[in-house]
Amino acid sequence: MEQEGEIDGETDTLILGIGNVLWADEGFGVRCVETLNARFDFATNVRLMDGGTQGMFLLPWVSSVSRLLIFDAIDFGLAPGELRIMRDDEVPQYMGAKKMSMHQTGFQEVLMSARLLNDRTQQLALIGVQPELLDDYGGSLREVVRQRIPDAIQHACAVLRDWGVGFREREEPLATLDLVGPGELDIVSYELGRPR
Amino acid sequence: MTETLTANGFKLDTGGKRVVVDPICRIEGHLRIEVNLDSDNVIRNAVSTGTMWRGLEVILKGRDPRDAWAFVERICGVCTGVHALTSVRAVEDALGIKIPENANHIRNLMMLAQYTQDHLVHFYHLHALDWVDVVSALSADPKATSALQQSISSWSKSSPGYFRDVQARLKRFVESGQLGPFANAYWGSPAYKLPAEANLMAVTHYLEALDFQREIVKIHTVFGGRNPHPNWVVGGMPCSFSLNETGGINMEWLNLVSSIIDRSIEFIDKVYIPDLKAIASFYPEWTTYGGGLSSTNLLSYGDFPKVANDWSQENMHMPGGAIINGDLSKVHEVDVRDPEQVQEFVTHSWYKYPDESKGLHPWDGMTEPNFELGPNTKGSKTDIQEIDENAKYSFVKAPRWRGHAMEVGPLARYVVAYVRGDEEIKAQVDGLLSDLGLPLTALFSTLGRTAARGLECSWAAHKMRFVFDSMMANLKAGDTATSNMDLWEPKTWPKDVKGVGMVEAPRGSLGHWVHIKDTKIASYQAIVPTTWNASPRDAAGNIGAYEAALLGTPMANPEQPLEILRTVHSFDPCLACATHVIAPDGQELVSVKVR
Repeated sequence: MEQEGEIDGETDTLILGIGNVLWADEGFGVRCVETLNARFDFATNVRLMDGGTQGMFLLPWVSSVSRLLIFDAIDFGLAPGELRIMRDDEVPQYMGAKKMSMHQTGFQEVLMSARLLNDRTQQLALIGVQPELLDDYGGSLREVVRQRIPDAIQHACAVLRDWGVGFREREEPLATLDLVGPGELDIVSYELGRPR
Repeated sequence: MTETLTANGFKLDTGGKRVVVDPICRIEGHLRIEVNLDSDNVIRNAVSTGTMWRGLEVILKGRDPRDAWAFVERICGVCTGVHALTSVRAVEDALGIKIPENANHIRNLMMLAQYTQDHLVHFYHLHALDWVDVVSALSADPKATSALQQSISSWSKSSPGYFRDVQARLKRFVESGQLGPFANAYWGSPAYKLPAEANLMAVTHYLEALDFQREIVKIHTVFGGRNPHPNWVVGGMPCSFSLNETGGINMEWLNLVSSIIDRSIEFIDKVYIPDLKAIASFYPEWTTYGGGLSSTNLLSYGDFPKVANDWSQENMHMPGGAIINGDLSKVHEVDVRDPEQVQEFVTHSWYKYPDESKGLHPWDGMTEPNFELGPNTKGSKTDIQEIDENAKYSFVKAPRWRGHAMEVGPLARYVVAYVRGDEEIKAQVDGLLSDLGLPLTALFSTLGRTAARGLECSWAAHKMRFVFDSMMANLKAGDTATSNMDLWEPKTWPKDVKGVGMVEAPRGSLGHWVHIKDTKIASYQAIVPTTWNASPRDAAGNIGAYEAALLGTPMANPEQPLEILRTVHSFDPCLACATHVIAPDGQELVSVKVR
């Protein structure tokens, strides 16, 4: 069994999806990481993580890597489904804005705390989508947001190439053990069981 | 005067100035507090409002009960494991599934690790900053800090050079203009009482604690296979042991867990507990404020079964029960299946019942939202300036035990276990009180709550050692089973069954009540710890634990509601699962309005 949560190993790159899959477009970040994981095989220095809404409890992972790529649903007041990519210093500025997402304050604090703990800079990228709908508890991604997942993945690949992170298209389908989240919550089973 | 006496014996006065603090949690969570102050700025009325609706019950209906843990794990960002465990226990209870001893040991270890991490992070990240002035730490003398550190603990990181380095790092950080985690506080308020060197010591440990939590979570990774959302399974734990091989959980991983347990014990006993005592000694008045329901009504379900599948309190490492009306001579047995014992009221909550003068047991529970404001509300539905607590005023329901409003959490667990005569708990409590020269009644306070959490953090770390050793003995005796899949297949299940799962979560008593019909979830209700503590008034007019705890506290400056934060934070509120759904204008920093 792979101990995928090991922290001190050789992992130096974290690809993190944050948000709550139970709240419609809030699930964008997690669904992006799932999609990325299903399509690509990454070098052993890369960890893909479904971070949920864990806030400060993500600090151990966030503070232990030198490269951090985040997917999230973010409120920039753009048209629903519009993507925004930010790098390095651009990220905290937006993170500090008044409304960004449910766990805005939480994740901003995580980044700040990581900076305070490490006293060094990280390479940082944020791929965010403007949600159409959040308060559909138990709902899934809206079409306009779901359609942007492939674009978000392309942007992520560009960032990762830029950082020199190794990955390639999977030849074998993803094994259950390598899923980033529990199979019970994958988007297909999630949607099949939706209350009607 | 507008004075009234509540059914549970608290005197309220709704005259004077009204102060509104919204929202109050530093992390995800949406709690609003309104208080009335008299002419001396003493709190004479308190109103606790959860501002978001939770629809968990709706999304689980019709799903496979074996999958429920994965969904409930997402209802709260901070309490993932505890909801998952409560859910699998509820389903196992309904279906009559017995788990192997190893699964019980692992679950205990996972929860004890959660206590350790959660209490540590709560104290340093959320609560210490209510007492510690970060900006004052910048002017501390590192030598004096070192001397202070060495006088209270044998912790090795104590040299003047070490504190000088941390102070320099902190200065650079503050000067960069990004206060980050330290923004949004009331630095410089006269309500801060620590000398500069104590502030520097505590801030240094804040950083050490945040760094140390990376060790503790490895325990979840080893047994849960995945973090931050570990795996769980109905029937046991989804991991396997292979002591002599490389696959599965082998000796290398177990030795890692063992060493993390040792380091956790050391960190808590040499850093957290001495800090707690040092900080408490500067705030003696806070052993008299903030008591609320803690001196009268306390509830704990009890948890950490010594032997698997035995739910009697005698079998619990942390024995539970209920204390009512301040009678410390008796602990009442709690039966969460009894429809007369646990009930939720919605008289003052934004939900609809056919008859709102009565409470409903969770197996008969309903979660139908009904957002309406009382006639004396100031403002509108999207911009409430002042709530009308005589009408409906919260998305949190009002749970009651035999009609009583109850406090839950570490203090409740500690008082219940103390009264039951648990030797370890008694020794810890008596030791702390004698070190600080305080009477037992000092426990019934804001600092009492904070101290109980610290003691419990130490208890949990030491208990991890005990449970780990028990598990190793069991493994060495040849029992490596981690799950029981005999009743995994739905065709083996009864047609119509109900079950309940209980966990003492770090924040307090958590219960999930499930009804399984034709192999699917027919209904699902959860009562989370913060629902007990943040509860609004009920049909009889009993006020909730936060509301009671805030009464009688004087505020130094109503524009800086540090005193309200201290008491509410002492409960470790977590509104993310008590109520849900995004607020209309997203999350703001704490706003304070005085009228």
